[in-house]
Amino acid sequence: MSIIKIETLKKEEYDSYGLSKEKLKGMLKKILLIRYFEEKVEELFLVKGLLIGPAHLCFGGEASAVGIISALNEEDIILSNHRGHGHALAKGIPPKNVMAELFGKITGTCKGLSGSMHVCIDINKGALYSSAIVASNIPIAVGVGYALKIMNDNRIVACFFGDGGTNTGAFHEGLNMASILKVPVIFVCENNQYGMSIPISYALAAKSIAERVYYGYGIKTYVVDGMDVLATYKAAKLAIEYTRKEKKPSFIEAIMYRLKGHGVYDKAEYRPKEEAEEWWEKDPVKLFSERMINENIISEKELKEINENIKKEIEEAIDFSLRSDIFPFDELYKLVYSGEY
Amino acid sequence: MRELSYAEALREAIREEMLKNPKVIIFGEDIGKYGGAYKVTKGLLEEFGPERVIDTPISEAAIVGFGIGLAIMGFKPIAEIMYMDFIPIAIEQILNHAAKMHFMSGGQLKVPLIIRTQYSLGRAHGSQHSQFFPSWFMNIPGLLVALPSTPYDAKGLLKTAIRLEDPVLFIECCLLYHRLKGPVPEEEYTIPFGKADIKREGKDLTIVAISRMVHEALIAAEKLSEEGINVEVIDPRTLNPFDKETIINSVKKTGRLIIASDDHKRAGVSSEIAAIIAEEAIDYLDAPIIRVCSPDIPIPFSPQLEKKFMRSNEDIIFAAKKILGEI
Repeated sequence: MSIIKIETLKKEEYDSYGLSKEKLKGMLKKILLIRYFEEKVEELFLVKGLLIGPAHLCFGGEASAVGIISALNEEDIILSNHRGHGHALAKGIPPKNVMAELFGKITGTCKGLSGSMHVCIDINKGALYSSAIVASNIPIAVGVGYALKIMNDNRIVACFFGDGGTNTGAFHEGLNMASILKVPVIFVCENNQYGMSIPISYALAAKSIAERVYYGYGIKTYVVDGMDVLATYKAAKLAIEYTRKEKKPSFIEAIMYRLKGHGVYDKAEYRPKEEAEEWWEKDPVKLFSERMINENIISEKELKEINENIKKEIEEAIDFSLRSDIFPFDELYKLVYSGEY
Repeated sequence: MRELSYAEALREAIREEMLKNPKVIIFGEDIGKYGGAYKVTKGLLEEFGPERVIDTPISEAAIVGFGIGLAIMGFKPIAEIMYMDFIPIAIEQILNHAAKMHFMSGGQLKVPLIIRTQYSLGRAHGSQHSQFFPSWFMNIPGLLVALPSTPYDAKGLLKTAIRLEDPVLFIECCLLYHRLKGPVPEEEYTIPFGKADIKREGKDLTIVAISRMVHEALIAAEKLSEEGINVEVIDPRTLNPFDKETIINSVKKTGRLIIASDDHKRAGVSSEIAAIIAEEAIDYLDAPIIRVCSPDIPIPFSPQLEKKFMRSNEDIIFAAKKILGEI
């Protein structure tokens, strides 16, 4: 066993990885939906001033969200983090509920009580929890995985976090425990190169995150180009197969780039302009769209239609949010506990 | 009635609930083969196997996070954090996740997690192995806090905790584990959260006492009764929910309140209880409230110094005489 580097899928491999034309179109729709959703959210914050609060947009993270979640079964469970809009949409949470949560409305995924950092909670969709505390979802995912294991439940858990989380205690304690208890959890590190303003090249004492995990905790580890949706899909398929069969954790380091700032208000002036420009060349949305056209999976016309439909859906989501009520304040006391005391 | 030690009563509660409910899982440091640092879980690994009795690495944050994960999947996890002093390592998981998930998810998630821990004051364990800070947790909406003072309460409250669907911090007292025995019925019983227990009835003054100090208060009450002073001793048993009515009713009767607790005086449990009475029952007080709590210094190791640090029935008697205007 060694750290496994995953290359992108070749067209002739699509079938063996379960990628039908329909499946690929579905993934393309998701990736476009996420991008357009985030562009619109940015506008709602910065131009229209309709949204406030923290929002960590996932420009650059679309490929890992869609690639990895598309490789899971629908009933599999994910745990997300503060940068979870893409995970939520990829897992099939309706955009109107995600949007309503950003607006703090009762129709949001958390009834408007939790906001952007927790939009990815919808237990009916297998989106179990979103932690805004960096890497804190890791030990929780270990418990979820252990529950599945002792229930002989064939589902698995995918736990998303960023590179910044890999220096926390929760990461190390959680991975160690995952490894010794042999839980069916896939840990997905979206290494977008920055923990807020601090580059991982500065913050990480180890040679790489993957080495830290593989040599530190003996967990099967895959490294993949996180800007390439088909590569992340392939890595996830292999990790899922291993984890489901062996009932052991696996780890994916998706190497990618946070194409914009940490939060919606962050202009990311701390990073070299050329660096960002270079990574924009690998924009996952652009690359995947072009590839699907070049490979005749989709036509220009279809793509245009998809984009129009998405725009319409997002406008409706905004209308829906604006029309929705807020949760009644006096009722909040009833949500503190599930019982009455 | 048969008598059990405080530790035996706790073990019996866990064992009975594990027999009844296969979703009850216990885990923590040294709780398996070793039987727990204070032997509360002794024998459970042999009886229930390693799938339900899990020895964990020294990883307090992961222990609590692991329990949260199990809880939201419908299990009934009981985590043991060996010393209360180690709870701060896991406090992020308790504060930000366990206590808030039900609210934050708009009611989608339930966290029926129990975190058992104990404080070792009085055993010369020094500043980092003796601490008691229950007020921190009273300050967290979403978290229930229980502190039994007798074997009877320990069993009844723990069984209730195991059947609730919300997170509970269950704070035990190390000095009581093996030194205190008391009646525990053989038949099934539970004790509701939020119901204070009047450990002794009286009419001259009210002492609200927490955990170990309940016993010091009872000794003080006995000694004071020889001087004709009739003391009521109330044990809140749970700090959240908190039964203020029983205390207010007692103060209405006695007009005087002493609060006795092993935690530090500043911003402690006693501060909150005093504030509640000042806010809601000040008209019934005939004298200022007196608090008998630990000094605001770290706990010294030297057994002689630790003895001076700890409040005792003598401190309570002194406070009682002061509040009655006899000093």
